[in-house]
Amino acid sequence: MLGYTSYYFGRKKAYTIQSTNKRLTALPQFYGYYLAIWCAIPAFIIYSLWAIFEPTIVKLLILSDYANQGYLDDELNLIYEKTKALSRGQFTGEVTSLIQTSSEKYLNLRSIAQSSKVVIVLCIIIASVAYAYKRISSNNRTREPVEKFFNAVLFTASLAAILTTVGIVFSLIFQTIDFFKVIPLFDFVFGTHWYPAKAFVRDSSEALDPTMYSDTFGAVPIFAGTFFIAFIAMCVAIPIGLMSGIYLAEYASYKVRQYAKPLIEILAGIPTVVYGFFAALTVGPFLKDIGTAMGLEVSAESALAAGGVMGIMIIPFISSLSDDVITSVPQSLRDGSYAMGATKSETIKKVIFPAALPGIVGSILLGVSRAIGETMIVVMASGLAANLTLNPLESTSTITAQIVVILIGDQAFGDPKTQAAFALGMSLFIVTLCLNIVALRVVKKYREKYE
Amino acid sequence: MNKNKEKLLAKRYSSEKRFQFLGKSAIFMALLFLAIFIFKIFSTGYTAFQKTWLIVPVNFDAETMYLDANPSKEDLEDADYFEISLQSMFNLDKNANEKQQNELKKMVSYFFEREIKQELINDPSLLGKTKDVYITASDDLDQVFKGNYPRDLPENQRRVTDYQLKIFDQLVEQGKVESKFNLSFFTYPDSREAELAGIASSFMGSIFSILVCLAIAFPVAVLAAIYLEEFAPKNRFTDFIEVNINNLAAVPSIVFGLLGLGILLAVFQLPRSTPLVGGITLSLMTLPTIIIACRASLKAVPPSIREAALAMGASRMQTTMHHTVPLSMPGTLSGTIIGLAQALGETAPLILIGMVAFVNTIPGSPMDPAASLPVQIYIWAESAERGFVEKVSACIMVLLGFLIVMNLFAQIIRHKFEKKWS
Repeated sequence: MLGYTSYYFGRKKAYTIQSTNKRLTALPQFYGYYLAIWCAIPAFIIYSLWAIFEPTIVKLLILSDYANQGYLDDELNLIYEKTKALSRGQFTGEVTSLIQTSSEKYLNLRSIAQSSKVVIVLCIIIASVAYAYKRISSNNRTREPVEKFFNAVLFTASLAAILTTVGIVFSLIFQTIDFFKVIPLFDFVFGTHWYPAKAFVRDSSEALDPTMYSDTFGAVPIFAGTFFIAFIAMCVAIPIGLMSGIYLAEYASYKVRQYAKPLIEILAGIPTVVYGFFAALTVGPFLKDIGTAMGLEVSAESALAAGGVMGIMIIPFISSLSDDVITSVPQSLRDGSYAMGATKSETIKKVIFPAALPGIVGSILLGVSRAIGETMIVVMASGLAANLTLNPLESTSTITAQIVVILIGDQAFGDPKTQAAFALGMSLFIVTLCLNIVALRVVKKYREKYE
Repeated sequence: MNKNKEKLLAKRYSSEKRFQFLGKSAIFMALLFLAIFIFKIFSTGYTAFQKTWLIVPVNFDAETMYLDANPSKEDLEDADYFEISLQSMFNLDKNANEKQQNELKKMVSYFFEREIKQELINDPSLLGKTKDVYITASDDLDQVFKGNYPRDLPENQRRVTDYQLKIFDQLVEQGKVESKFNLSFFTYPDSREAELAGIASSFMGSIFSILVCLAIAFPVAVLAAIYLEEFAPKNRFTDFIEVNINNLAAVPSIVFGLLGLGILLAVFQLPRSTPLVGGITLSLMTLPTIIIACRASLKAVPPSIREAALAMGASRMQTTMHHTVPLSMPGTLSGTIIGLAQALGETAPLILIGMVAFVNTIPGSPMDPAASLPVQIYIWAESAERGFVEKVSACIMVLLGFLIVMNLFAQIIRHKFEKKWS
């Protein structure tokens, strides 16, 4: 609101300058923006700095009473927490006179801080607005600083993507490092026994016993399960997705294309939890019934059900990406092949497909990365116990499913089990990152080739 | 020689046909999956929009409720309804023994006392009279009535006893069982009892998360896209940002859940299970999607517009803000809606930040614990009770309905408002 009023005054000032027949150096709005920025930004900076440092300073002041009395750091912290709770009226324990006085002091300090904050912020607003107003009166340039400011805002916004990546890496890396302090990296990568519940049963008051974990966090069954299910998914998705992509790009009439393409893409828009429900409730029992009829032992949570449904989910990614890639193959290649008397399918198989291969490989890699990172289908339709198996009819578990299993409900940070989830997340992030980088690079290179 | 050629030609043509057939069947398979899928969801889900009610005569006896003849409103609120509710159930079979009385009580939802109370509060003149009241049947009977529950199982494998079935069939014969539109599915929060569970809490949770997500992701993404497309110098750093954005768009969603857990909950100490944290996590996820869409639509604005504005003496900032950005808005908006639709269907990150907790209140702000629609689907799908299966399908139908509406909206914006440059 203050910002808006200063915008208004700035513009008004500019109009008055204009009316005295002097030439303005910028449009009147810019004077308004200039004043508004000067009004808002310094005050905002001071306000946020204040908000960050106030608690620490108050704490220091309160605890200075207790200094030199031989308290340990932890005890001091406890006293401070008690004080805060008492002043909020939420304290339930025994109220000693010491805490009583310091809580009064705390309230006192808080109110001083509150009022001085208001005063200081107001002073700064007035000072900076006055400064800016004077500069306006002297008809200085205002467009450049305003635009520079906006440019800075835009630049900061573009850093958000980097910040997110940094955030992901940081959230994963600390827990992962802690995890590998307890569990050797070698055991994690090459161990074949995954049974994190074992680490949970332990009495939390006992000291950590490294030998206990030695056979608990071997991630091989999980990695194997992840790639196995992704493999099954790709077995479904690649033939169907690729063939429909080729058909849509090369054979389909305009009309078929117009309807079939969006319909197939609906498959990509369905939330994965819906696929999970479908796989768990329909496909799993269906496969089990078929299996029992054929005399096979089929688990209701078989890898086949999860992988198959995941494959259906990935069909549209592969089909629309390969469709794009094939359509961007230059017409001259086709014409040349037809001129040699080749049929359409021969042209596709011998000319277009090799030309489009890099792009198709890229789209398949993106599909694989999606299959590896897919969570809900696996959580709902495949097993939660990590079996090391290559039988698609048995149940296996994946990285994502294990993360969910470990972290669902309450988590205790600092527990190796929780950290294991972050370590799994880290490996998932690294694997998908590599796949994505390779895939994006391949696709980009391919595009440049024909542009 | 000629014969050989013909043979070869025939072979080539048949292989051509085979290839075309493969392509057609691939498309057919994909569409078949879609059809099976939608059919399955609708066929199991549509019954959830109906709910079975038992019509039970209730005697509003003032004495059993400890009320005098002219009770005030507070008296009615505080009165003891348990006894008359219980009595009215027992009256269905006057000769029932204790075990059977217990079974009678279990034929209706545990909410029945409150339903009877509501009846009296709505019409205080009923006091001392007997009236037929609609009472929600238990979910097992509900399923029996809808025909989803096999009756021919032996009794010990069923959740409904023979006795309950007998009484129920009597009621059906007397026309005392009715199926009506299930309004409570939309107005009630989640519940452990299938017959009382509704989507109100998760629905509000979804709305709040999406609003938070929109409030954060949209401005940041648009500003970032403007910078990258219009102002950024071509150097290593901006290339790095670009690669970063493209990679973020393909990072699995569960990793964003870990980010929410490790940073938002553990470092910033934001409250668990709230749409606020969910929305922030989702906004980080949709950010790249919106940036990419916005950049594409900025790129589609022809350079002639920019050149014309610059030629008229506008600064670069003015050109962008007054001409390029407004012209690119339809594309940006439709990209944003599609990104939000993706975020609306996202489950895994929300589970990790604790939005999977059982919430039986309707959240009033983004700071209250809540679930969201997809998480609700997951919670119900994991419960063993049969009554939840149709609820899941119905919830999926609601969610899909929303996604379809959002996508249509995005299409309409794109086609109606986007200028065609050619």
